[in-house]
Amino acid sequence: MSEGKVRVFLVDDHHLFRSGVRAELGEAVDVVGDADEVDAAVELIREREPDVVLVDVHMPDGGGRAVIDAVGRTHPDIRFLALSVSDAAEDVLAVIRAGARGYVTKTISGPELADAVTRVADGDAVFSPRLAGFVLDAFAAGPAPDQDPDLDQLTARERDALRLIARGYTYKEIARELTISVKTVETHVSSVLRKLQLSNRHELTRWATERRLL
Amino acid sequence: MVAPHPRWDHRPIADSAADHAASTRRRTWRLFRQPRDKGPLRRSRDDRVVAGVAGGIGRRFGIDATVVRIGIVLLSIGGGTGIGLYVAAWLLLRRDDEETSLAQRALHDRRATALALALGTLVVFALLVLNALGIWFAASLMWPLALAGAGLVVVWSQADEEERAPLRRVAEHLPGLPELGVRSRRVAVVRTLIGAVLVAAGVGGFLAAHQAAGALREGVLAAAGIVAGFLLVFGPWWLRLGRALTAERRERVREQERADMATHVHDSVLQTLALIQRRADDPREVTRLARAQERELRAWLFEGRPPGTPVDAPASLATALAGVEADVEATHGVAVEAVTVGDCPLDDDLAALVAAGREAAVNAAKWSGAAAVTLFAEVEHEQVSLFVRDRGVGFDPTAVSADRKGITESIRGRLERHGGRAVIRSAPGDGTEVELTMPRRVART
Repeated sequence: MSEGKVRVFLVDDHHLFRSGVRAELGEAVDVVGDADEVDAAVELIREREPDVVLVDVHMPDGGGRAVIDAVGRTHPDIRFLALSVSDAAEDVLAVIRAGARGYVTKTISGPELADAVTRVADGDAVFSPRLAGFVLDAFAAGPAPDQDPDLDQLTARERDALRLIARGYTYKEIARELTISVKTVETHVSSVLRKLQLSNRHELTRWATERRLL
Repeated sequence: MVAPHPRWDHRPIADSAADHAASTRRRTWRLFRQPRDKGPLRRSRDDRVVAGVAGGIGRRFGIDATVVRIGIVLLSIGGGTGIGLYVAAWLLLRRDDEETSLAQRALHDRRATALALALGTLVVFALLVLNALGIWFAASLMWPLALAGAGLVVVWSQADEEERAPLRRVAEHLPGLPELGVRSRRVAVVRTLIGAVLVAAGVGGFLAAHQAAGALREGVLAAAGIVAGFLLVFGPWWLRLGRALTAERRERVREQERADMATHVHDSVLQTLALIQRRADDPREVTRLARAQERELRAWLFEGRPPGTPVDAPASLATALAGVEADVEATHGVAVEAVTVGDCPLDDDLAALVAAGREAAVNAAKWSGAAAVTLFAEVEHEQVSLFVRDRGVGFDPTAVSADRKGITESIRGRLERHGGRAVIRSAPGDGTEVELTMPRRVART
């Protein structure tokens, strides 16, 4: 086992996809195992304690959410990055709210995926442009009544950062554009993630469901 | 590829009826000229309709089995002795391949004997009661039938699966004998008995009421008894029948859906996969095909838009941008990701904004060399902004070639005519971002 490399575990019920991801991640990370179903995944992850679990949103027996829930209860330090072919807002939000630190689509390129994995391993959040769009949309509706405003609203800076992510900017480019440090960008994004997970405005899910009907 | 299975595929093929009829015809010609079998009378294993009794008799005495069968049927109709005799023979005669008869085996099985005795006495008792009540018909038919019934129970308890099959087939179609061998058998038997008693009582009451003319209340009660009895006996069977029919219909609907799905997969996905295999040496084309197919499949699965249906003229900004996303991707082979925050109806101004955005995206796809273009639109109260970004080669906006300048000018001009604004940011090696803004008419008025 190599020192310093991020230890990654793959959970996906498509064999082809698992081997594809393994090949693409290549030398950048250390893939310590994979599983194709929820129960086996939970057991192996607890045994091998990887840094990051790449988890498919859609699987039989509860999908990625079930894995995140089960492992999160016993190993809160293990971080999750959700992978999916779905762009449906409710899928994305559900898995983020379950505790994933980010979400990327399966069409992501190998180097980008490796980059996202590293970032998640460092405790940062990974927002794709689409996820940033969803979040901006969800929080645009204004504060919900009887809510903690700190959790229920995005600050102007967080909004700016999300907008730039949605426009396709990297963290470094965002930092330059907003004349702040990359570390600050990461703080903003992590804070958005926390709000997304902790805010209990039911609108988040309702909004997601309604949007599909538009 | 899932081709829908015709249901009848799974049904056992009915024994080749045509063959059977042909051989029967042949045998009829040689009536009484059959070779006679030596040895004790046995049931035939191969030449049988139910238990092979007729086949065995015919073989033993050199008569065509069909003639024997006709004789048995005639005996059964005229008085019922045929059935009684048949069941007796079934019990007493050994089958070709067996060492003991069913009756011999039953004698060694005390449970079966007890069962047969119990059933026999019950039937006799019931017949006596019915006889005493005077609601009797065809007494001569009843006795052999009752005994045959008791005999069949013994047969059932002793025979192997092969011999049970004809009985089972009858039982499946016989209401009142439902779910044989299932946990609820006892319940079914009790229910049937109660139902039968109700019907009998009802009929009796009805006849009594008929004699004492004018006893309307008793008549109604009796009728209710008959109905209730019938419901008890036949109700579950009717229910099962209904349920089976519903299940069948549901199955048909599913079958239809599966067929639609199969057709779709064939028309689009498989065709695309074939194309991809042929174009395997052209990664750009492969990506284009795959993305276009993905989009079509998504539209079908999530929005219910069947492939091949023309997209309506977009009514909102988000749908219009989704259209741009699809078109540019399909024609230029780059991945385009469009993200829209908020949405609003499309008016002339916004249509111009979308058109300018399309031009910018095409521009990026053609010139930047980047594999992906990001479109981001945000609808705010006063204005709508649209960003088109690529990470391609970029250029120096102050020193652009004439043709590129033309494109830039056309984007800018288009927007300015509608009161909008275009800003282009680019530097060599740093990609390009085109920012387009359009004030909203709602805000202006």
